[in-house]
Amino acid sequence: MVFEMPSIQNRPRTKIMGNLDIQNLKVSFHTREGIIHAVDGVDLSIKPGEIVGLVGESGSGKSVTCNSVLKLLPVPPARIEKGQIEWSGKDLIDHDEQNMQAIRGKEISMIFQDPMSCLNPYLSVLEQVAEPLVIHGMASLEDARKQASEMLVNVGVQRVVDHPHAYPHEFSGGMRQRAMIAMALVTKPSLLLADEPTTALDVTVQAKVLSILKTLCTDLGVSVLFVSHDLGLVAELADRVVVMYRGKVVEQNHTGSIFSNPQHPYVKALIACRPTLESNPVRLPTVDDFMNPKTGKEEALEKLVAPSLNLDSQETLLQVENLVVEFPTEDGPVRAVDGASLMIRKGSTHGLVGESGSGKTTLGRSILHLAQLMSGSILYQGKPINLDHPDDRSKFRKSMQIIFQDPYASLNPRLTIEQTLLEPMKVHGIGSSRKERIERVINLLEEVGLGEEYLHRYPHEFSGGQRQRICVARALTTEPEFIVCDECVSAMDVSVQAQVLNLLRSLQASRNLTYLFISHDLGVVKFMSDEISVMQNGKIVENGLADDLYRSPKSDYTRKLLNSIPLANRSANFQINRPSV
Amino acid sequence: MSLETSSSLGRDAWLRLRANRMSMISLFILIGIAFVSIFGPALSSYDYDQQNLDRVFESPGKDHIFGTDNLGRDLFARTTYGGRISLAVGLLATVVSLVIGVSYGMFSGYIGGRIDTWMMRAVDVLYALPFTIFVILLMVLFGRNFLLLFIAIGAVEWLTMARITRAQTMNLKKSEFIEAARALGYSHGRILFRHLLPNLIGPIIVYATLTVPAVMLLEAVLSFLGLGIQAPMSSWGSLIKEGAEKMDAAPWLLLFPGIFFCLSLFALNFLGDGLRDALDPKSSKD
Repeated sequence: MVFEMPSIQNRPRTKIMGNLDIQNLKVSFHTREGIIHAVDGVDLSIKPGEIVGLVGESGSGKSVTCNSVLKLLPVPPARIEKGQIEWSGKDLIDHDEQNMQAIRGKEISMIFQDPMSCLNPYLSVLEQVAEPLVIHGMASLEDARKQASEMLVNVGVQRVVDHPHAYPHEFSGGMRQRAMIAMALVTKPSLLLADEPTTALDVTVQAKVLSILKTLCTDLGVSVLFVSHDLGLVAELADRVVVMYRGKVVEQNHTGSIFSNPQHPYVKALIACRPTLESNPVRLPTVDDFMNPKTGKEEALEKLVAPSLNLDSQETLLQVENLVVEFPTEDGPVRAVDGASLMIRKGSTHGLVGESGSGKTTLGRSILHLAQLMSGSILYQGKPINLDHPDDRSKFRKSMQIIFQDPYASLNPRLTIEQTLLEPMKVHGIGSSRKERIERVINLLEEVGLGEEYLHRYPHEFSGGQRQRICVARALTTEPEFIVCDECVSAMDVSVQAQVLNLLRSLQASRNLTYLFISHDLGVVKFMSDEISVMQNGKIVENGLADDLYRSPKSDYTRKLLNSIPLANRSANFQINRPSV
Repeated sequence: MSLETSSSLGRDAWLRLRANRMSMISLFILIGIAFVSIFGPALSSYDYDQQNLDRVFESPGKDHIFGTDNLGRDLFARTTYGGRISLAVGLLATVVSLVIGVSYGMFSGYIGGRIDTWMMRAVDVLYALPFTIFVILLMVLFGRNFLLLFIAIGAVEWLTMARITRAQTMNLKKSEFIEAARALGYSHGRILFRHLLPNLIGPIIVYATLTVPAVMLLEAVLSFLGLGIQAPMSSWGSLIKEGAEKMDAAPWLLLFPGIFFCLSLFALNFLGDGLRDALDPKSSKD
């Protein structure tokens, strides 16, 4: 992760070396369902020039804390109940909107998560980066443009030099996020609030953006509050880490100490339940294990290294040869999959890794014939798949299933869980009577760790992890042999992710399932898979056993992917040898 | 609306609707208006077309509780009789436009591609036809006919419905639960009627409650042009039109049909809102 950075010209400037001190902050949301205490007594301070990581799962209150510094909370329903937010001697809570506007973007700037929607599509990028300088009266329009252009070059957006009128849509996600960083730093603020700034980016892009952010902030002496759900990522950057759980700060310490000597059980769990590249346990520990005493059996499973499957003795279940899939667009057809071949053995998990746009999802869908193939062949148990005859089609649909990324979108919101799970059985004539089918549904629910009492509920009454369990149960209704898991844990918090991964593993063992496991996260793929294929631009660039691929990657692209993973996420025994500030 | 499946959704929806007080009041008002419209003319001692030139412009009183018009006809009989026609036109034409529009739009959006393009261009062409000329053409071809009124109005109103449904369908079609349904081997018919249609109910109901008043007003416009209901028959639309002309001399001629008209529209809107919420499992149960 070393990139050459152009040095910053140090302009003489006067700057308030801000000191942020949040004391006993309480923020609640008043909704129709009742009052939610999103932030419940948080103390947090950032010294000048310090980089502080704020870590927590979704709903822990980390973003609310971050947004309340600039008073960007939606009021109502949000209400700051109590506490102080002291910024260089002033309490920001007493500031009115006008005073806040003078601080926003000038003394304290912010970067948001989604680079695709953060820039105004109707203004050129240069104009937008220059705007904060003009608004705060720090430069004339011409001078502002010059400074903005310099800052954009600093973050690596060279394009604006030759194309000063380039608009946001001409840039990729990574470039847009760099432009956002330039926009936040162009006024040389004293504090930068970064709310999950790299979550929407691919790993390789994420690594670049992070290193730029870190170098620039260190050079300019900007202190940073870096909000993220990924503890490993924060470790790359932060001097100090603050961990939040259910609206409260549970632990804060120097980055090295957090990893080497975590105190709170939740923090221990966060560190333990990430699948790392080096370890390969049968079962991942979950947050529940740390909050409640776990059984000896589970602990034993965590220490046990997963036995590697003797792949040669397994027969081939699915063979994909030279698959090509094209999508028609206005500028002619786009090849999403360009001659991909892979072989999946019965009872194994085949991992498919790649960045967004690499065609991995399309490949998974075309195996299920959900996307139209152009050419190439797919052999299932040695035979081509024939969808013309209804009987063959039914047999094929029964034996292959898919689990999607977004558990919120993949259940019909108007059907109860019972209806959702009964329907596939009805369609395929599984079970002779309604009573028998309901019995099967109940068994399935228990198998995925849910109970009979959930039968008559609707999807919106469940959490994301529970919904994904329901999706798994639905995929199992037809007793399939082969399941495509399409980024099925990517949208989840690490703790929930660990639970779902454990579930998928134990189901594989008990039902002898074969998985095609698609993900952009090498750690997760490594944990799940026996074999891995790496995909880039529609082609498979490397194929191999999971361990081999990780230890001695053959292609440059695989090496680049591996190097982009934050150090802390590679190994379970991660230590930081950084002098504490 | 979701056919075989809806036993529990239907029951839940009814429970939720019953808990919504405004919707229940509206439902009773609508039933009451329908009741008066059906039985009112029979209960009245006057016929809707019975003239009495000795008692023109009589204000509401003992004999004529809603008063009389310029030809001495009893306004109560005329208003309730008009209610039959207005309600029938309003509801039937809306149902006609819903059935055509929703199935056309859903089909078009679900299939997509070239067929969708052609189906939508056909909608554009129909949009471009001037409505009155279209109706006059129908009248010339088939003669003046009560049923034609439904067809003419329904044939115009379904176009917007089709566009709304198509847009919603195209959005939903990309959802993962539709793709999951395909991966589970469900037939297209099952996906359309069991998985897509119930998720379209929200916007459909909202638009339908807006269509009913629009249709009733259209009927009034047609009647005014001499293409719709002809005197001595009456409808709320035509009564309001007449009443508005004589507002200074006999305000009751506007007032009573107006009250009936407005009450039904209010009730329909509240009922529509209530139905939309009731049919959405996400709305809270209290």
